[in-house]
Amino acid sequence: MECDNRSSPNILQETVLLISIMPAFGSFALLLALALSGYNLFAGAIALRQLATGARGRVSPERLAETARRAGIGSFFAVTCAAFALVWAAFTNDFSVSYILHHSNRALPGPYKFAALWSGQEGSLLLWAWLLATYGLVLRLRHKVDVKLTAYASTILAGIQIFFLLLLNFAAPPFALVAGTVPQDGFGLNPLLQYPEMVIHPPMLYLGYVGFSVPFAFALGALMMRYPGEKWIHITRRWTMVTWLFLTCGIFLGAHWAYSVLGWGGYWGWDPVENASLMPWLTGTAFLHSVMMQEKRGMMKSWNVWLIFSTFALSILGTLLTRSGLVSSVHAFAESAIGTWFWTFLVIVLAVCLFTYILQRDHLKSEHKLESLVSRESSFLFNNLVLLAACFTVLWGTLFPVISEYVQGNKVTVGPPFYNRVAIPIGLFLLFLTGIGPILAWRSTSFKSIRKNFILPAVSAVVTAIVLMACGVRPWQDWSEGQGSLYSLMAWSLGALVVTAVGSEFLRGAGVISRHTGQNLFASMIQLMRRNTRRYGGYIVHFGVVVIFIGLAGSAFNQSTEQELNFKQSMKMGPYRLVCQDYSQDSNLNYDTEYAILDVYRGDKKITQLSPERRFYQASQTTSTIVANHSTLAWDLYVIYAGKDPDNGQPIIKVFLNPLVAWVWIGVLIVILGTFVALTPNMTAAFAASRTRVPVSEAPAMAMGKGGD
Amino acid sequence: MRRLFRSSGLRLLQLGLVGLLAIFTMGSADNAVRYNDLGHKMMCVCGCGQILIECNHLGCQYSEAELTELRMALHQGKSDTEILELFQAKYGPTVLAAPMLTKFNLAAWFVPPVVLLIGIAATIALVRKWRLRTVAMPVVPTTTTFQTARDRIRRETEL
Repeated sequence: MECDNRSSPNILQETVLLISIMPAFGSFALLLALALSGYNLFAGAIALRQLATGARGRVSPERLAETARRAGIGSFFAVTCAAFALVWAAFTNDFSVSYILHHSNRALPGPYKFAALWSGQEGSLLLWAWLLATYGLVLRLRHKVDVKLTAYASTILAGIQIFFLLLLNFAAPPFALVAGTVPQDGFGLNPLLQYPEMVIHPPMLYLGYVGFSVPFAFALGALMMRYPGEKWIHITRRWTMVTWLFLTCGIFLGAHWAYSVLGWGGYWGWDPVENASLMPWLTGTAFLHSVMMQEKRGMMKSWNVWLIFSTFALSILGTLLTRSGLVSSVHAFAESAIGTWFWTFLVIVLAVCLFTYILQRDHLKSEHKLESLVSRESSFLFNNLVLLAACFTVLWGTLFPVISEYVQGNKVTVGPPFYNRVAIPIGLFLLFLTGIGPILAWRSTSFKSIRKNFILPAVSAVVTAIVLMACGVRPWQDWSEGQGSLYSLMAWSLGALVVTAVGSEFLRGAGVISRHTGQNLFASMIQLMRRNTRRYGGYIVHFGVVVIFIGLAGSAFNQSTEQELNFKQSMKMGPYRLVCQDYSQDSNLNYDTEYAILDVYRGDKKITQLSPERRFYQASQTTSTIVANHSTLAWDLYVIYAGKDPDNGQPIIKVFLNPLVAWVWIGVLIVILGTFVALTPNMTAAFAASRTRVPVSEAPAMAMGKGGD
Repeated sequence: MRRLFRSSGLRLLQLGLVGLLAIFTMGSADNAVRYNDLGHKMMCVCGCGQILIECNHLGCQYSEAELTELRMALHQGKSDTEILELFQAKYGPTVLAAPMLTKFNLAAWFVPPVVLLIGIAATIALVRKWRLRTVAMPVVPTTTTFQTARDRIRRETEL
């Protein structure tokens, strides 16, 4: 406890009392949250049933539904209290709480004590429950958007919340107390997690995972109530886009963390945990595309509903895979009985989805049929197919070791060589479709139109390929080292195709506006985007994806070398020369560190100084690498302190030259920008909305009336 | 005649596939390249879950020992397949970073592309079926002026 310096015995007594109360307070808050969520589910279900059948009890269904909504809001405050109690326990070094004992220590810096909330099984489940409660709060506060549909969604969310609260109360309680004497200090946080990005990466990823519960709840609710029209799709799409954005950020923050901390020179290792995050992202992306077919043409209704169901199920499956110990992963939590809970929940979810679908499937009949194989609709169809094939490949690769053990009696490893061979060609096909889609018109595209719109992108792809080959990218020469350079050549050429296709769409539209308004081309482009933010935001996202692909393709040309360095000795990597200026060691309360100071020269000019480190954390008795990286648009000079020679104490330095890595992170920023643009209301629509706003007092009644059975 | 064409076509296809397989499995005589390639096809067995040649644990006895064995095997002139089988026999199938093309493991490699191909074929069939059910659209007038005007309207209304 941090109360050694307090002079007043009263303050000491109060603090000790507060500390001893907090775990009990947290446990009580979780129990209360469970009770409130239970009420939300049952009262909400009864009210909705009464509304659907016209039956009435002692309390009117509207009032009952309102009490259920308020209970849902109350559950948010209860879960928040529990989360606060755990963070409080971490900050006050309350090692009587087993979770804090195992994931924190006195010397741990403040931000990482906060991060301890999600560094273990129980804490991360509490974070999941809290984020779900937060999403639920937003949804319940915004219930006037569509009262009845929100009531359905709120009830379904309460069902999901109950599952997590049952886990937290009975299977993985975060406030479990240490038996016997309480140790003076904790075992510390895993050093790999003691990195600034780890403070935001897991919450971001969880915001993505958990967020898919909301579109799932809306989709299931809309299907249960046979929601008339496509408004639910509009609501769901916006939620999905926000969630998708969080998941995208979470995935790439994780990749950046892996690149900066794990010290193996890469950012994606096809680990089951990484795969678990990629699968819902792929199906979510497919949904964001196919939903346009439903909005514009009333098609693919069943498909969209199942995409959302699958995305949610994959979020749960990913969590199940890594927490149950079913597949081995470098960042999986230890095997525990929690897997059974997740299996049960997954089966219940799928059974409910299937039952509802069978019961209401006649409500999902398409209003139109596809008219041509060469149309925007069909490009969306193929895009969905390829995204799902990519998702299946990742799922297949992740589960194959388990299947192999069942069939052959032994486990196998399915690692990067498998995914590089199987998933990369699928990714390239997807990139190709990204370029083709915008060129095609809705309903049907004439051959003449294809020829006119496709010729420039095709020429651009061919010219890029020729220029790259002239510059030395020759797959037939590097064939013995794998197909990396062939894939890179294809990725860059297809990237040129997509950029030209997207760019010419922008220019064509801007040209029309420019002719009509007399504005310059740039101003016209801005106006074009503001007129149809969704379409042009989508194009910006596609452009970002191309930039990411350009960066990923650079990995085929990674180089590395390792050398022991004495004072003033140097080593070379690409155009750089690294000179060892010093190497030493240091220590603080949290860790001991060994580091080298290296001057980096390009030619005779010193361009920077790098200081790679290797830390040893006392509390957890583990080591961690702190990479030193000099990043440019062309490549990253990535330096690791690999250790020291035990005979002479000289540092061993490993250097990578990783081309185009910065493009990956820049591409993600462009994707984020594009998503924000797509989320912004259209200029004209916003203007129109301001003119035709419905008085607030009338809105709830209208909304209730609209969403009838 | 048609049968002859069909059988020679089949032969050509088979030849093409064999050629493709040969290119994909072509090894290099250069030991350094093979060392790097094979090092990327195996895992470090210490439990770190890293590719053998990328294992960054200094003093990791497992990866050092494995890499020494790999160098020795290359020095002895063993083929890539022999080396991979040697490691598999010693450390178990999990030492390989991806399953070999044997028996049930073939499924790991072929199921995803087959699923994709079936999906593409099913999608094309579905689109054709939908198209046949759709009422035929009126014949589009072929006048150039009309076509130009329609293209312009499409462009402008798609904003």
